[in-house]
Amino acid sequence: MRPPPPWAGRRLGTEPGDGDALSDGFQVVGKALPRLDALGKVTGATRYADDLSWPGTLACVLLRSPHPHARIVAVDTAAAAATKGVVAVLTGADLPVRYGAIATSQDEAALASDKVRYVGEPVVAVAAVDEVTAREATKKIAVDYEVLAPVSSIEQALLAPADEPIHEGTKGNIHRLAALEFGDVDEGFAVADVVREDVFFYEGSNHLAMEEHSATAIFADGQLTLWSSTQAPHNLHRVLAKVLDLPMTRVRVVATPHGGGFGGKVDPAAHEVVVSKLAVLTGRPVKCTLSREEVFYNHRGRHPALMWVRTGAARDGQITAMHFRVALDGGALASLGAATTYYTGALQPATYDIPAYRFEACRVFTNKAPCGPKRGHGTPQPRFALEIHLDKLAEDLGMDPVALRRCNYVRPQSRTVNWLRITSCGIEEVTEKVLAASGFATRSRRVGHGQGFAVSAYLCGAGFPMYPSQLPHSEVGLKVDRGGVTVFCGATDIGQGSDTVLATVVAEELGLDRADVRVVTADTGLTPVDLGSYSSRVTFMAGNAAIDAARKIRTLLLEEAARTSGLLAHELRVGDGRFGPLSFEQAVEAAEERHGALSASGSYAPPPGISGEFRGSAVGPGPAYTYSAAVVDLDADPTTGEVLVHKVWVAHDIGRLLNPVLVRGQMDGNVYMALAEALMESQTYRKDLLHHPSVLEYKTPLATDMPAIEHLYVETIDPEGPYGAKEVGQGPFLPVVPAVVSAIHDALGVWVDEVPVTPEKILRALDARDRGALGRAGPKRFPAVPFPPCIKVEPPHAATARV
Amino acid sequence: MLRLPAFEHLRAESVRDAAGMLADHGGTARLLAGGTDLLAKMKRRQVMPDALVGIGHLAPLREVRVAPSGAAELGAAVTLAEALADRRLAADQPGYLEAVGVVSSPALRNAGTIGGNLCVDTRCNYNDMTEEWRHAVGYCLKTGCGERCQVAASSPRCWAIFSSDTAPMAIALGATVVVWGAEGERELPLGTLYADDGKAHLQLGPAEILTALRLPARRGWRVAYEKLRRRSAVDFPLAGAAVALELDGDVVAACRLVLGAVASHPVELHDVAQALTGRRLDDEAIEEAATAGARLAKPLDNSDLNYVWRKRMVKVILERALRRAAGADRGRLR
Ligand SMILES: Cc1cc2nc3c(=O)[nH]c(=O)nc-3n(C[C@H](O)[C@H](O)[C@H](O)COP(=O)(O)OP(=O)(O)OC[C@H]3O[C@@H](n4cnc5c(N)ncnc54)[C@H](O)[C@@H]3O)c2cc1C
Repeated sequence: MRPPPPWAGRRLGTEPGDGDALSDGFQVVGKALPRLDALGKVTGATRYADDLSWPGTLACVLLRSPHPHARIVAVDTAAAAATKGVVAVLTGADLPVRYGAIATSQDEAALASDKVRYVGEPVVAVAAVDEVTAREATKKIAVDYEVLAPVSSIEQALLAPADEPIHEGTKGNIHRLAALEFGDVDEGFAVADVVREDVFFYEGSNHLAMEEHSATAIFADGQLTLWSSTQAPHNLHRVLAKVLDLPMTRVRVVATPHGGGFGGKVDPAAHEVVVSKLAVLTGRPVKCTLSREEVFYNHRGRHPALMWVRTGAARDGQITAMHFRVALDGGALASLGAATTYYTGALQPATYDIPAYRFEACRVFTNKAPCGPKRGHGTPQPRFALEIHLDKLAEDLGMDPVALRRCNYVRPQSRTVNWLRITSCGIEEVTEKVLAASGFATRSRRVGHGQGFAVSAYLCGAGFPMYPSQLPHSEVGLKVDRGGVTVFCGATDIGQGSDTVLATVVAEELGLDRADVRVVTADTGLTPVDLGSYSSRVTFMAGNAAIDAARKIRTLLLEEAARTSGLLAHELRVGDGRFGPLSFEQAVEAAEERHGALSASGSYAPPPGISGEFRGSAVGPGPAYTYSAAVVDLDADPTTGEVLVHKVWVAHDIGRLLNPVLVRGQMDGNVYMALAEALMESQTYRKDLLHHPSVLEYKTPLATDMPAIEHLYVETIDPEGPYGAKEVGQGPFLPVVPAVVSAIHDALGVWVDEVPVTPEKILRALDARDRGALGRAGPKRFPAVPFPPCIKVEPPHAATARV
Repeated sequence: MLRLPAFEHLRAESVRDAAGMLADHGGTARLLAGGTDLLAKMKRRQVMPDALVGIGHLAPLREVRVAPSGAAELGAAVTLAEALADRRLAADQPGYLEAVGVVSSPALRNAGTIGGNLCVDTRCNYNDMTEEWRHAVGYCLKTGCGERCQVAASSPRCWAIFSSDTAPMAIALGATVVVWGAEGERELPLGTLYADDGKAHLQLGPAEILTALRLPARRGWRVAYEKLRRRSAVDFPLAGAAVALELDGDVVAACRLVLGAVASHPVELHDVAQALTGRRLDDEAIEEAATAGARLAKPLDNSDLNYVWRKRMVKVILERALRRAAGADRGRLR
């Protein structure tokens, strides 16, 4: 094997300059400062994708399928094409090349040609002088469909297909099967004093970013440029080159400022491919902005998940074995579903030290809008199941649920049964903090009032890219000269503040103010590659690459300052715009005089050895893990089943607080989104059509529904994170959903093993209890899935388990 | 974004003028007050009027008058927010304002009018959808070329729900409305404005205009409006219960009970109210009234949340409204 490149997991130290000069500690890092783009966002000055327009821009409208499953017999676009003002009409035949977000799942066509697989699937695209003309023209298109029986549920997808399967070449309608076993699970159950089994269901939901997707393409001078609200411009760049058969050198993707992503803008989307093709064909700018309903069809949101979990434990609470099964409703396409499937099993052992673990997963195709990655990607569902299951196990053992968890917590610097490498780990500290702040142990006891507690883990960026490669995951360029400092990076600020983070770390290394650093990001024509804004990777990976680049310039400038002053670099102070005796500008001029043009690059890839070596081992490992704990306080009305959340305490192991303002914002967003999934959001179907295709019908909590939030930070200073920082984009989401359900149990004594918890489900559980049955609402059974035999993986030995 | 279809905007100079414009268009024009209901339906192509006749600016429709007795007359184009801010109404018509205050959100109350709220179209989640969605489901009786009701397939009628928050309360208060038509003005009890038909829920001619709401003096009456909804703002009622009663000691002297959002029209509970009248308003009477009243609500699966649960909640909110009116305050969670 080739030795890993120097940038793979390189440790850049946890203080500015890694202690290369005199330091008063951090100058910018750790300060509560507003985001650099805050003013533009709140004044409306920010130009989002839909705000862009060029003279002569054509409007693109997509005609979508009204059927969940049908063969396309014929498409007649003649009348539409002949309409005055229509410039081009595309059908599936014009875009035959298939694509997909990940290399192993290339099953998407921008426009359906053989058949349609979900309501809302794009079939024909019309480009016209304006939107009204384009939309009117779509009404003149005749598509002749032969309707096929739709597959509407996980259970139905597991049966032998009544009609033809949704996709050719799959076993029935099963997309993926995975079965892994680490250690001897049967033995673990055999020695357990208590064994418990539970079944759970987690409903699907949309990302509901405020900004609907929008894209505009221009083809000029042999170059295609696409401006789009995409989270992963680099991946889209690759997809467009492939589908349009253009060299990478002829395609440029610019990610515009985002009104939210949450995973909904990671997959290459049909409209992005279509406007690009139309721009090439017509030579005119072409734009397409999705309506809210179209966003629900494009979807790629949370997978509905049926789960079964069985755990064995000794009397004292030590877990001896766990067996986890999941069946995911993937909707009509693969999307990132192969990764989602493995994610549902990967992180259970990252919170609890499970000595023997079996994981079986299945993802099915159904005739619904495709599911994909949404905040927490594949982990909120099992986290909900696992935490509630442990609450129940604690009840069986007659143990305090917090104590049960604590005696199984993973330790820092350890290796999990599935080979994940844990480095910094604040699971004990977050537990301590959240319990102390909420007074969980001494909470008031009255009917209808309850508190719930849960913990979780998440990764700081996927350890492996979406396509196999040994290349850096993040690259940064830095230009420094008389004219100032500009940092270039492919990372996309989707609202999480990553541009601000880049400016922060470069300013810190160069002793400047953040405002002195220009940031150019997310433009594949200008900026070095970054894989995209997903899996909580940007601060960790792009942050490290930016420090790497800035450190090189810092070293040059320190040399000049040392030379001028006759002092050693270690005797100089960097900060407040100075390098020892020189101002920053003087130091730059001196360096420029000596070296010519100054520029530096930085790179980052996760280190080797963070995963095991088995099929599926690429999903789950990250260069570090964050830990979160939450306590939720609520009232649940036994008469109506309504729930009112009063307060949420979240403690998060952030590694290091680079900027408390940004961290707090992410924690608020996580709490909101978790409450939404716990209590309201559901992307469900009725008569095979979306039940709630508008934001009035699709319920999500309003500002007036938000409870008080108390933010608690734990700094574990990760050895490999940028200055020790980890992630906060997704981790704090995870414990909130189970904490809500646990609090409802605390309030009313019944279990709702299914989210969202609706008033009706609570009453159903109460009714069951009143009838003398189990006080529970939730799925009855886990379906029969033809899982293959488990791949048996030897867990790390005790010796290798310490890292 | 959903776009409005093309239409002609007509600005009336007077109520008479507006009625004339409506008549000239022979049913293809619509009145535009705040537009919060109508414009959304137009964007979804549920209604496609050729012309909109704007009446929001007409001075006579913008007045609020409160008599010394406490009786009030509100012009149809008074906004919900203006009504809420009116101190005289706050003092003398607290029941009506309670219902006004729980309509939607501050932004919509700034635009929406009290007349528009009484005339608001019926709702159904098989119908309040885009053209494309309704095409996919096969349309329904209310709009488009549908041949059957999607929620009750064998039914010959439309079951869309009348979801105004203010109408049930105003009816409970004994309100009347003034309607302006070709034959001049007429005043009718608000309850008789409505018909039990989701497709044609208003007993108004195509050229008739509701000009004012009249609320009788109700000083000393006990009033309460309980609204069932999922979120603390924006949402239409999943059910509403309006109670207005006069006590003589602890005996009910007069009483009106009205349910909202459980049918295509506000459901007045005459018999239940009658049974309560002359009785002591104790726990038992309240429980009996709530049980009997809830029996008359027949929610279907065309609104938010489970309809069996909604039906069960009708009793709860009616009971809560009665208890509150009786002075045994027992508010809901939100
Ligand atoms: C998101 C959302 C939430 C909502 N929530 C609620 C809610 O919680 N409770 C509730 O009650 N309503 C709710 N509404 C509905 C609506 O906003 C209110 O009912 C509002 O008061 C309607 O008044 P308007 O002036 O905007 O009506 P418009 O939209 O202007 O008119 C509504 C209808 O009445 C007709 N009309 C208007 N004025 C007259 C008149 N003077 N004479 C005869 N016909 C007339 C119009 O032609 C039209 O058909 C909601 C609407 C939205 C979009």
